[in-house]
Amino acid sequence: MIQLFAFYLFATIVIASAAMVIFARNPVHSVMWLILAFFNAAGLMLLAGAEFIAMLLVIVYVGAVAVLFLFVVMMLDIDFAELRAGFVRYLPLGALVAIILAAELVFAVGAWSAGGVDLAARAAPVVADKSNIQQIGELLYTRYIFLFEAAGIVLLVAMIGAIVLTHRKRGGVRTQNISAQNRRRPEEATRLVDPGVGQGMEL
Amino acid sequence: MISVGHYLAVSAVLFTLGVLGIFINRKNIIVILMAIELILLAVNINLVAFSAALGDLVGQVFSMFVLTVAAGEAAIGLAILVIYFRGRGTIAVDDANRMKG
Repeated sequence: MIQLFAFYLFATIVIASAAMVIFARNPVHSVMWLILAFFNAAGLMLLAGAEFIAMLLVIVYVGAVAVLFLFVVMMLDIDFAELRAGFVRYLPLGALVAIILAAELVFAVGAWSAGGVDLAARAAPVVADKSNIQQIGELLYTRYIFLFEAAGIVLLVAMIGAIVLTHRKRGGVRTQNISAQNRRRPEEATRLVDPGVGQGMEL
Repeated sequence: MISVGHYLAVSAVLFTLGVLGIFINRKNIIVILMAIELILLAVNINLVAFSAALGDLVGQVFSMFVLTVAAGEAAIGLAILVIYFRGRGTIAVDDANRMKG
C-alpha cells in the first residue's frame, strides 16, 4: 500500500515538475524544477530496487549537471522575455508532435504488454543474496570493464573540450614569468659604474 | 500493485514533455538542453524499470552509461553556449547562421 502511495507521489511530482521545466518563464526556475524532477525520479528508481542508480542520479544530475545549468544561467546576462517571443507560435506544432509521439509510445507499450516479444536469456540475472551495488560493481569491473573505461574517456574528452572551448587568454595582464626570473644572473642584472664628478650618470 | 507498465507510462509522459519542451522553447537553448536532460531521464527510468522487471542487471549498467553521456553532453553544450554568447551577446538559436546550414 505504501509503495503504491509512494509511486504515485513520485510519479505525479516528476511529471508536474517536468511540465514546469518547459513552461516556466524564468530559466532559473526551470533549473529548480529540473532538480525537483531529478530527486523524484531518483525516488522512482529507489522503488524499483535500483539503489545505486538512484544515488548516482542525485549525485551526478543534481550535484553536477543542474548546478552547471544554474551557473551558466546566472552568469549570462540574457533578455529572457525576448527569447520567449515565439512561444505561442510554436505551441501547435509542438503539441502535434508530442501527441503523435505519445500515441506511438502508448502503442509500443500496448504491443509489448500483449506479450509479442520473446526475450532471450537474461544476460546478467539478479542474485538475491547480494546487494544491488555489489552486483553492479561485479558486472561493471569484469564483463563491462572496457565499456566502463570508454565512459571514462568520454568524460575526459568532454572535460578537455569544455575547458578548451571556454578558456581565453587575456591580453594586457602582467603575470609572473618564473623561468625568466630564474634565468636572471647577477652579471646581467647589475652594473658597476664610476662616474666622474659633475658628469651625472646614465641609468 | 505497481507493474512495469506504470513505470513505462511515467517515462513515456516524461519523454513526450521533453520533446514538447524542445519544440515550444525553440529560441532558448538553455531550456532546450534541459529538455534533452528530461528525455535522457525518461530513458533511464525506462531502463531501470525493465531491469527490475526482468531481473537483469544490464539495464542498470547501461543506464550508468546514459548518465555519463548526459553529463558530458551538458558540459559541452553549455561550453558552446558560453562561447556563442561571448561572441554574439545573445543565445537566440534561430539567428545562429554562421555556418550557413
